[in-house]
Amino acid sequence: MDMFEPEMELSVDELKHLVSQRALEGETMVLNMGPQHPSTHGVLRLLLELDGEEIVNCVPDIGFLHTGIEKNMEAKRYEQALVMTDRMDYLNNLGNNLCYCLAVEKLVDLDVPERAQVVRVILTELQRIASHLVWLGTHALDLAAMSVFLYCFREREIILDIFEMCSGQRMMTSYFRPGGLWRDLPAGFEDAVKEFLRYFPRRIQQYEDLLTRNPIYLDRTKGISPITSEQALQHGLTGPALRATGLPLDMRKMQPYSGYEQYEFEIPTASNGDVYDRYIVRMEEMRQSLRIIEQGLRRLPKGPFRSQNRKFVPPPRSELGHSMEAVIHHFKLWTEGFRAPKGAVWVAVESPRGILGCYLEGDGGNKPYRVHFRTPSFANLQALPALSKGHMVADLVAIISSLDPVLGDVDR
Amino acid sequence: MPFLDEVIEALREEFGSAIKEVDTFRDQRALEIDRDALIPLCQRLRDHEAWSFNFLAALTAVDYWPQEPRFAVVYQLLSIPNKVFLGLRVLLAGDDAHLPTLEGIYPNANWHEREVYDMFGITFDGHSDMRRILMPHDWEGHPLRKDYPLGYEEVQFSFNYDEVNKRKKYARE
Repeated sequence: MDMFEPEMELSVDELKHLVSQRALEGETMVLNMGPQHPSTHGVLRLLLELDGEEIVNCVPDIGFLHTGIEKNMEAKRYEQALVMTDRMDYLNNLGNNLCYCLAVEKLVDLDVPERAQVVRVILTELQRIASHLVWLGTHALDLAAMSVFLYCFREREIILDIFEMCSGQRMMTSYFRPGGLWRDLPAGFEDAVKEFLRYFPRRIQQYEDLLTRNPIYLDRTKGISPITSEQALQHGLTGPALRATGLPLDMRKMQPYSGYEQYEFEIPTASNGDVYDRYIVRMEEMRQSLRIIEQGLRRLPKGPFRSQNRKFVPPPRSELGHSMEAVIHHFKLWTEGFRAPKGAVWVAVESPRGILGCYLEGDGGNKPYRVHFRTPSFANLQALPALSKGHMVADLVAIISSLDPVLGDVDR
Repeated sequence: MPFLDEVIEALREEFGSAIKEVDTFRDQRALEIDRDALIPLCQRLRDHEAWSFNFLAALTAVDYWPQEPRFAVVYQLLSIPNKVFLGLRVLLAGDDAHLPTLEGIYPNANWHEREVYDMFGITFDGHSDMRRILMPHDWEGHPLRKDYPLGYEEVQFSFNYDEVNKRKKYARE
């Protein structure tokens, strides 16, 4: 083929199979949306078949952010592979860390001390709020409410500061490690979180004042893309979008991990399953997360922040000076890592977007033989064609943002 | 897990030798089943009133190259009323890597199966839209196969020179 001959993205034959007969006859219009479109929340490309303003069919085209994370993880040792998980869903870094750590801990049967578990819960709930804030800001921005975006990012900054305090990083934290945490909480952590708890409830009320009864917002969201629980499950929808249909499916209650069964909180649900209900559910989830964080702070125990099992977790720096055994463990862990038994585990946690699952298979060596992430954005995006059919093009941006897809999470 | 053991016992009676093995690891159960039994078994698991495995949570594959049978396709079914996951595994030979699609029972299998096809080259019979999903449509090869190089040359030392040389064909980019 001539070097300068332009390559077709999709051949006409491939297109035929994706659009209806009416498009081929010229009755409906096929329109490309994205990948560089601000309201696709990243690099999502949609092939839209339109009848006037009405969406007849919608074919998502994904993979623009595919970076082969699963393949890369197979070539890294268990503890090295952890940093890849941050880069999947870049709004839920700690949640991804947690999912992977739980899978590794289950595979090698490693204990996690109480303190680490409570810290994990506090931080993942803060992360849930931060993620919902980005969602709320961009969702409102898509519907032309600019100020909400600015307020949300202002509050998110406080949470990112807390993450930076703990891990040195605002986003790519890698703070949770198999067996516990990277290091203990810094001085001032509790005060910072308490300050946030004191400050934030008023802010949620402010966002609600801006949107919940705003007639323009109601017009754009009420009754848009309603879905029933059965349909949602068939299309693989989980998270707030599923709970907005009235089904309280939440991994934190269903198969509690990290001690979630000891916390008091509710799973917010709604009944219509439309864009507005997804908004209501997420707003209420932020309040519930605050409740969990408050309880976590109250029960935060003293004690070790990571497991004392030296076969999997490095010894503290202070021991290296006087204990030969500690030096050996340290050397072994940093040169060849730990070995995991042959077997496969499946762990599911609740990310801000839905069920985040990790399938981890070990072959007896020090690297994961296979890691697969069931990412909620990928699974939820699959429902987009069903959700958008029959609606106006202008509603499509509201529908996309109501699913809260993170394209790094979709493409991995 | 008494509930899951009950389900597995009942399935064993009904499907007999199609269930080849029950794998118990940590607190999880995974059934290794025949390719032909996949559809009726999932149908039964979903439609049984008390079991009600009504959600396909995940679907992926594992490559055991150069061992045979080469591939395992792994399903995670979730029973929402009973709050349990059940794993299913179907083993496939490397030269016969195809199995029936689950789209008819769980419509959300669509994209997951496309991902498995894209990454492993396993095809799903009867699938409505068997195209690549993450890689570009004209991509050659299936990246998550174990004989697909990661994109760098393996470092050879004197102690493993021959060993690396043997798989050099695959280690090269």
